Amino acid sequence: MNIAVCVKQVPDSAAKVVAEDDRVSWGDAPLVLNPWDEYAVEAALQLQEAAGGEVTAVSVGGESAKEALKTALAMGCTQAILVSDPALAAADSQAIAHVLCAAIQKIGGVEAACFGRQAIDGDMGVTGAQTAHLLGWLMLGLVSKIEFKDGKLQVERSFEEGIQIAECPLPAALSVSKDIGEPRYPSFMGIRKAARAEIPTWDLAALGIEAPASVVRWPRISNPPVREIKTEMIEGGSPQEIAEKLVERILEEKVL
Amino acid sequence: MDFKLTEEQQMAQQMVREFAQREVAPVIKESDRQGGMAAFVLPRMAELGILGICLPLRYGGQGMDYISLGLACEELEAVDSTLRVVLSVHIGLNSLGLLQWANEEQKQRLLKPQARGEKIACFGLTESGAGSDVAAIQSSARCQGDEYILNGEKMWISLATKAHHCLWIARTDPSAADPHEGLSAFLVDLEQKGVTRGDLHGKLGMRAGSTGWIALQDVTVPLQNRIGEEGEGFKIAMACLDNGRYTVAAGATGLIRACLEASTTYAKSRRAFGREISWFQLVQQKIANMVQFYDAARLLYLRAGWLKNQGVRNTRETSLAKWFATDASFQAAAEAVQIHGAYGYSDEYDVERYLRNAKGGVIYEGTSEIHQLMQAGYALGYRVDAPLRCELPPYDSEFWQAEI
Repeated sequence: MNIAVCVKQVPDSAAKVVAEDDRVSWGDAPLVLNPWDEYAVEAALQLQEAAGGEVTAVSVGGESAKEALKTALAMGCTQAILVSDPALAAADSQAIAHVLCAAIQKIGGVEAACFGRQAIDGDMGVTGAQTAHLLGWLMLGLVSKIEFKDGKLQVERSFEEGIQIAECPLPAALSVSKDIGEPRYPSFMGIRKAARAEIPTWDLAALGIEAPASVVRWPRISNPPVREIKTEMIEGGSPQEIAEKLVERILEEKVL
Repeated sequence: MDFKLTEEQQMAQQMVREFAQREVAPVIKESDRQGGMAAFVLPRMAELGILGICLPLRYGGQGMDYISLGLACEELEAVDSTLRVVLSVHIGLNSLGLLQWANEEQKQRLLKPQARGEKIACFGLTESGAGSDVAAIQSSARCQGDEYILNGEKMWISLATKAHHCLWIARTDPSAADPHEGLSAFLVDLEQKGVTRGDLHGKLGMRAGSTGWIALQDVTVPLQNRIGEEGEGFKIAMACLDNGRYTVAAGATGLIRACLEASTTYAKSRRAFGREISWFQLVQQKIANMVQFYDAARLLYLRAGWLKNQGVRNTRETSLAKWFATDASFQAAAEAVQIHGAYGYSDEYDVERYLRNAKGGVIYEGTSEIHQLMQAGYALGYRVDAPLRCELPPYDSEFWQAEI
C-alpha cells in the first residue's frame, strides 16, 4: 500500500511572529517542518511498517520547502515531492487541497494520505478534509493509533471524553493527533539519504491542472491585543493572614 | 575557505540536539543529584546510532565524518558533560583507536559490536600512580603461549562499571630501556573472571556519569586481542588521546554555549536598580567574553575535525583546541554563576552544575598544564610528531558509507 504524507514548511514554533501592515513576519527565525506534520509523518511510517509499500512526502511551497521534505526523508519517508508554482503564491487551503489532490493522483497507487491536524502558521486545520473531499475519499480526523487489518484501516481517535475505535476501507485520509506518539528522530541513514536526495519539483503544468481559484483572503491581520498585567503584593503579619487576604481578593475578582 | 557545514552535518547535529534536549535535559538535574547516569541513556544512544556516529558502515557504524562527531559532542555537552563523556571514551578513546590500529579481523570482531552500541567501550590508561606520567604505568601483561596474563588496576575510568570492553594499556617489557617502549595495548573483555570494578563517588562534578576503577587479577587475554604490536602501547594511547581530546574540545564548546544561553536568558529577565541586568556593562562584558570563547573554541575544534577528515596529523591542533575550550568553559561557567548571583550558587539553576563539570575538563585527557607544555614544545621546536605506523584514516565517504 502506498502512502502519501502531506507536509508544510512553517516558521519555527519559537519564532516571534508579528503582524505589520497586514503582513506577517517572523524575522530571521528558521523555517521547519510543521510540528503537527511530524506526527503525520510518524503515523505514515507506522502504517508503512504495518502494511508495507512506500511513503511519499508531498509539500506545496517554495524552493525552501525542500528543507521540510528533507526532514521527512531523514525520518524515513521513501521519497519526497515538492509542488511549486508562482501561480500558488497566495493560495488558500482549498486551492492547496486541489493541488495536493492532483499530486496524490499523479504519484499513483496511493491508498492512504496522512495530514497533521493543522499548520502552526495558518491554523486553518481543514486542508486534510478538503483534500479528502476532492479525492472522494473517506476522512478520519484526530487519529491517535493506526492498525491495518484485513485490508482495512482500524484507528483510534482520542478526545477528552474518551476513545473511539473507527474502521474504514481504503482509500482514506487521516489527520493525526499527537497521541500517535513522539515523532521518531531522523536516523543517520535517513540523514545521509536526505542530504543526497534530489527532490523533484512539479509545477501546475506537470500536474495537468490550472491554477485553482483562492477564495479566502486575509484582508486584515493584527497582533493579539496587549494584555495589561497588574501585579499586587499581598502582605500580612502571618502566612494565615496573607492566605486569608488572598482568598478575599480572589473572590472579589471573581477568579473562582 | 568554506566554513559552511554540509547538510548531513547540520542534520546530524540537529538530531543529537533533539535527543539531548528532549530526553535528557528534563531529567539531568535529578541524575546529577542522585550521582549516576539514567538507565535509559546508553541504550537510547545506541538505538539512535550515536555510539557509532563516525565509524564506517562496514564496521557497524553510521558512516558520518569526524566533524559530525564533534558537532554531536557539542550538542551533548550543552546538556551535560557526562553525556559527551560517553562519546569521548566509547568512540574517541576506544573505537577510533581500533579503527586506527586494529587489524581487519579485530575490526570485524571487536569494533563492530562497539559501533553498533551492543558493547560499550572504555579506555584504561590512568592508574592511581600514573596520570600525566604515562610511563609510570604499573599494570602488567605477561605473554604465555598464545595469550597474555594481565594484572593491575586502573583509576578514574569513565564508564568503568558500564563498559563491556576496555582498551587497556599495560607493561609487557619491564626491562625496556625507555619505559615508554615497554607498553602494549589490549582490548580486554570486562565480563570475565578476575575483573573487579566499581564507581567512584564524592566527585566535584560529572556526577550524572560513571567514573570508576577496574582491577584485573590474572585475567587471560588472547593474543588476538592485542592491538598493534608489542611495545606500541604508548603510541596507541597517545593516538587515542588525539581523538579523545577532540571530543573534549568540542564538548567544552557546547558547555560554553550553554553558559552563554543561560546567562543571556537570565540577564534579560532579572531586574536590579530598575532595569534588566543585561543593560549593565559589567554583565555585558561577561557575555561578550563568552561569545568570544564560544566562537574561538568552535573554530579550533572544527579545524581539528577538518584535519582528521583530511587525514592530516593534528596532535598540536587538537591539543590547542582542548586546552583553550576547557579553560574557557571553566571561565564561562564561573562568569555564568556570577551573572546568576545567589541563584547561580544553588542547583535551582543549571550553571552551578556547568561550573562543577567544567573543572573536570581542565584535568582529564591532558591537564591544561600538559597542553601548555606541548604547545611550547612545538613552538620551540622541541617537539615534533614522528609519523605513526598506523595513522587515523582520512574520512572517505565512499569507504565509510559502502554497505558490505
